[in-house]
Amino acid sequence: MAKEYSFYPGCSSQKGGSASNLMASVDTMCEELDIKLNEIPDWNCCSASIGYAGGGELPRLTLSARNIALSEQHNPDQDIVATCAACWLATREAKERLGESEETMQDANTALAEANLKLENNTPTKHMVEVLMEDIGMDAVKAKVKKPLSGLKIAGYVGCQTNRPFGIQGESFENPVYLDNMIEAVGAEPIRDYDKKVSCCGGALAFSEPEKAYELIQGIIESAVDAGADMIVTPCPVCQMNVEVYQDQINARQGTKFDMPVVYYSQLMAVAFGRSAKDAALDGQVIKAKQLEEIAAK
Amino acid sequence: MSDMNTAMSSKYRTSFLKEVEANVEEGEWVKMCMQCGVCAGSCPFGKHWDHPPQELFMMIRAGKREEVLSSESMWMCTSCYNCIARCPRGLPITHIMHGLANYAKRLGKVPENQQTEKFAQIFWDNITKKGRGNELKLGLSLYFMNGLATGIKTAMANQKLGLNMIKTKRMSVAELWGGHSIKDTSGLHKMLQKAQELEDAKIQDLN
Repeated sequence: MAKEYSFYPGCSSQKGGSASNLMASVDTMCEELDIKLNEIPDWNCCSASIGYAGGGELPRLTLSARNIALSEQHNPDQDIVATCAACWLATREAKERLGESEETMQDANTALAEANLKLENNTPTKHMVEVLMEDIGMDAVKAKVKKPLSGLKIAGYVGCQTNRPFGIQGESFENPVYLDNMIEAVGAEPIRDYDKKVSCCGGALAFSEPEKAYELIQGIIESAVDAGADMIVTPCPVCQMNVEVYQDQINARQGTKFDMPVVYYSQLMAVAFGRSAKDAALDGQVIKAKQLEEIAAK
Repeated sequence: MSDMNTAMSSKYRTSFLKEVEANVEEGEWVKMCMQCGVCAGSCPFGKHWDHPPQELFMMIRAGKREEVLSSESMWMCTSCYNCIARCPRGLPITHIMHGLANYAKRLGKVPENQQTEKFAQIFWDNITKKGRGNELKLGLSLYFMNGLATGIKTAMANQKLGLNMIKTKRMSVAELWGGHSIKDTSGLHKMLQKAQELEDAKIQDLN
């Protein structure tokens, strides 16, 4: 029987969105692992981590409260699952903050009533990575591997918001190992001591303070190059985009010659599970992951 | 805006700390800081802050209202949560920085041309309009937020990046005349308006 979850895809995962390749590969991965994602009807943006200038605490919490309320109404008794680090963080944060203060909870419900909604606030929010590690397990992932990604050396870049402030159960903030374990499960070699595993890519400030963020991004790529990585893998849409798409700009400014593919864990799994390059959304890479394309074509 | 600033400054004349505790998100934590500086050493943008978090916390206690509220520092927060993960006293530092930034904005104290403040406001307007982010319009507004001439220059410099995103179907030109939207935009707008009213009322109560 398929495991069912109430799914919160988030803005960047929509059709034509910057993480539409994450969405397509997650769909493939879930098909293989018998995970059924029931999208929350009419979900809205969580306002991510940069919404704070325009939105105060209550308006921001209310945005997430609306998603949880819709989930409780339409997908009762299903845990919410998010694939985006910011979506997951904001939703989980809102549940926690509203649970801690009766006054804020009451205010949120007063605001929600304007949209004819009511929040019970008893639905846990999980990251897709938690579903894989805790509900599915790496043994089940290994059992699905048809084309091990042998010979590939991969730097697991966990980044910030999948790791802090909540993180994944049983993992440390400074050196989480789940991503390395996933890389190993699909038959590739993880660079376990990757120096920039939990470093920041600049997040949304890559837009407003590009030069400062490019410096962080350069370090993240450099350290992967130094460790002999063939590619970087990440669970986070912002990490993926920041580390992949600014390589041209960094090369032009710094005289580097970066050409480092940055893929999602779900793309590794889709290829290892024997699915096509298209099902793995490899066509969504700005810097082509040629080695993965070759394995998929075998 | 400045009326509110005057009112608040006069109400809390004897204690800026009390003003922060009452009006800034998670502000009640500020007095728990023990000045160890782990936050400053853990911040990826640390070297770009005029005053790292622990300094802002001490300045708040010392009543340096003007210097804190008009600082660029809290606008340097990348929301990486490293300071929260490492703070030995468990202060939700990231949230306090967001809260300080938001409060400074409400009082009209943000330095002119603060890039992250501008972008963050554009982002909020973008996502609340239709309930979902429009990445194309967000990108374009970002390019042009410092005027037309800079905008054209930035857009030209990033032309290849934009084309790369469109080629890989990770940006859609269709977003320009429509774009993704939730169905119940009217409910969402009413909800946000009510939330804003409730939040404003809390600050006004204290006047």
